[in-house]
Amino acid sequence: MLTLLFDGIAYGMLLFVLAVGLAVTLGLMNFINLAHGAFAMAGGYITVLLMNRLGVPFLVCLPIAFVGTALLGALLERTLYRPMYTRPHLDQVLFSIGLVFMAITAVDYLVGSMQQNIHLPDWLQGRLPIEAVGIGKYRLFIIVVCAALTLALQWTLSRTRFGSRLRASVDDPRVAGGLGLDVNRIFLVTFAVGSGLAGLGGALGAEILGLDPTFPLKFMIYFLIVVAVGGTTTITGPLVAALVLGIADVAGKYYVPKLGAFIVYSLMIVILMLRPQGLFARAGAR
Amino acid sequence: MSLALQTRGLVKRFGGLVATNDVSLGLERGARHALIGPNGAGKTTLINLLTGVLEPTAGSIVLDGHDITSLAAHRRVGRGLVRTFQINQLFNELTPLTSLALAVSVHRGDSRGWWRSLGRQRGIAEECDELLGRFRLADVMNQRVAELAYGKRRLLEIATALACRPRVLLLDEPVAGVPEGERQEIFETINALPADVSVLLIEHDMDLVFNFARTVTVLVNGAVFAEGDVQSIANDLRVKAVYLGEDEFDG
Amino acid sequence: MSAGASAALAARARWRWWELALFAALPLSWFLLPGQSLLLNEIAIVALFAISLDLVLGYAGIVSLGHAAFFGFGSYAAALFAKNVMPDPLAGLGVAIGAAALLGAVTSVLILRGSDLTRLMVTLGVASILYELANRLDWLTGGADGLQGVVMGPLVTPFGRLDFDLSGRVAYGYTLVVLAIVLFVARRLVFSPFGVSLQALRDNRLRAASIGLSVPLRLVAVYTIAAAIAGAAGGLLAQTTGFASLDVFDFHRSAEVLLVLVVGGTGYLYGGIFGAIVFKLLHDLVSSWTPQYWNFWLGLFLVVLVLLGRHRFIRPWTWFQRRR
Repeated sequence: MLTLLFDGIAYGMLLFVLAVGLAVTLGLMNFINLAHGAFAMAGGYITVLLMNRLGVPFLVCLPIAFVGTALLGALLERTLYRPMYTRPHLDQVLFSIGLVFMAITAVDYLVGSMQQNIHLPDWLQGRLPIEAVGIGKYRLFIIVVCAALTLALQWTLSRTRFGSRLRASVDDPRVAGGLGLDVNRIFLVTFAVGSGLAGLGGALGAEILGLDPTFPLKFMIYFLIVVAVGGTTTITGPLVAALVLGIADVAGKYYVPKLGAFIVYSLMIVILMLRPQGLFARAGAR
Repeated sequence: MSLALQTRGLVKRFGGLVATNDVSLGLERGARHALIGPNGAGKTTLINLLTGVLEPTAGSIVLDGHDITSLAAHRRVGRGLVRTFQINQLFNELTPLTSLALAVSVHRGDSRGWWRSLGRQRGIAEECDELLGRFRLADVMNQRVAELAYGKRRLLEIATALACRPRVLLLDEPVAGVPEGERQEIFETINALPADVSVLLIEHDMDLVFNFARTVTVLVNGAVFAEGDVQSIANDLRVKAVYLGEDEFDG
Repeated sequence: MSAGASAALAARARWRWWELALFAALPLSWFLLPGQSLLLNEIAIVALFAISLDLVLGYAGIVSLGHAAFFGFGSYAAALFAKNVMPDPLAGLGVAIGAAALLGAVTSVLILRGSDLTRLMVTLGVASILYELANRLDWLTGGADGLQGVVMGPLVTPFGRLDFDLSGRVAYGYTLVVLAIVLFVARRLVFSPFGVSLQALRDNRLRAASIGLSVPLRLVAVYTIAAAIAGAAGGLLAQTTGFASLDVFDFHRSAEVLLVLVVGGTGYLYGGIFGAIVFKLLHDLVSSWTPQYWNFWLGLFLVVLVLLGRHRFIRPWTWFQRRR
């Protein structure tokens, strides 16, 4: 049972890293980006291709996945996304769905539709010899990396100038702009970092979640759940939501495999019914 | 004389901020009552409380002798409590005609009809004609509301409220943002309101206040600062101090 | 004072010539294109589905990514009814409509509160739940294989008992009649006080409540009605194609109907029909070039459509004007 908890936490932390970019994008730019999963997929495929075709070590691939996806995100933000910020949500939804379809079929065409396998380095395989709990080394690795990222995010937000500018822009973009903050640049950097984190999450998660061209659509609802339930005004909100989601999913699939993801969806609906603005949103949040 | 609208000890807190502080006021039948006060005094918050957009932290609201404190906002309209908004709240994709026709059909109880087209019910077209004429909207009645000039939009804002046949009308800065030349139109329509409608007017424009109101309440920091007929308020030194910011009155 | 309002209100609701032409074109298509019945039937069902979404999205302003929930529910309801109870098409259609309406009424509470994102999530969640249920309860629904072999009995009509034939003419006629009835009723609905009140709450929910409209009541009503129509479309699909499969609940289905409606135009009721025709033609055209990668071109089309501006798309003369 503790193993389940552990696995659930690993899954949850992974989901958090994957979804945090989406939460910030929504909170900051009021943009519903259903294509967020495509960045995760990009990170995963970058890693797989580097490892399998070029023999790059796993640990080196991770930062490359982050940077590569971040650059991709920055490029797309500047060219395609920026005109869309002021559009109605329906337009944003249609736009991002279109991007996802394009991304999925492009990957299918270029790399094929089979699931990609990552060969983890030996020191990450297997389990730690601890009695009661089966602690998979890789899952432990994920938890450590994601926890470090979370702390780094939290520190950036609360201790750096960029962080306070970001928080100001989330609170009220117009006022922030009026105060002389370069809102465009903040958006660009935030979007890029969020996409980069998604890419990193995709790279980390390829082994656990499976990587094939349908990844963005398969997991889109999970990312959206994290954001909708966790709210977009804090970091801790999505974190808690992701952990709850991860544990619930793992436990649900173990105890009641017949129902699969049914439990997760129902849980989400119940939570949103009770707190339509998410579990942690302040009044007036999006 | 019984009161058309009354609040008793109305309080609204947002966390630590007290937006409305123990407000007890009474609106007489047929009143022409102005609510004035410096910016941030809580005037619009009070209107939001009265209409049910906000829930009070404490206190009660009585309309025509009935306690409506927990009554849903849309039901208060049915009881005759109607408001206008300081920032136009219109139906941008509709036309003035359809907006008014809809509001008229609501107060006539026809708004749930789903088979016959809007306006075929008896009397609706006549009421619309009357309103369109009174508010000089007849020439733009089929235009998309989003395309109307600001002055016309403001007139439509007030016309929509009147289409609901209010018994108590809350006007939130009716001439806000309206250029000088177009204010007269709006003044006249407000002055022409039926005598049995009780009107509470929030305004900054003192011309309008002195021309229109018979009684005045001054709201400062969410609490009632002064109250009385319009002449005595106009001459009240404390009120002048509050508006001009001089600190000669302690509090 | 001229009685302008009365005339203007009447003129507003009057049938335009192109509406009459469209209604005339429906039976004409059945008479003149007997060989195309299967294709036309497909288009008509998608059109019906899109019209139901128009009520929710175009008229009430609710962005739903899970409208396929009702389509699929109606589909399976009709299929199960035909297989397990009786194969009468009209009774089955009634069951599909009733079941979907019930689902709509129950889930409508979920869309009353919250932001656009919440609503998106909730609608997506409901469709996903139904997909999972249909997948897991395979003893009932056939699971991933779907329900095969749904054989329908004859249609009892004023023209006698008609059996569904291989050419699909009877099926298409059946679908057309349902489409025509729904269109007619929906038209009366959108021009009625109720219909205008929907548009009012779409435009400005705060003001709608401030003139005395009960917003939750109307949302529940329109959502239920739209669900019923979507259920009818789903039921027709099951009945005229003889099977029900999991993809009726799939996200692609919800996304496609959204696109169909957007292409045809939201908020004037007939967008579903025009969108379905254009979409089907485009689909067949592009699929003949690149059968495997249709989704890519679909995606590209969506992106371009949105960048250009949805409202401008159906007005080609505005494409090169400066954006206001």
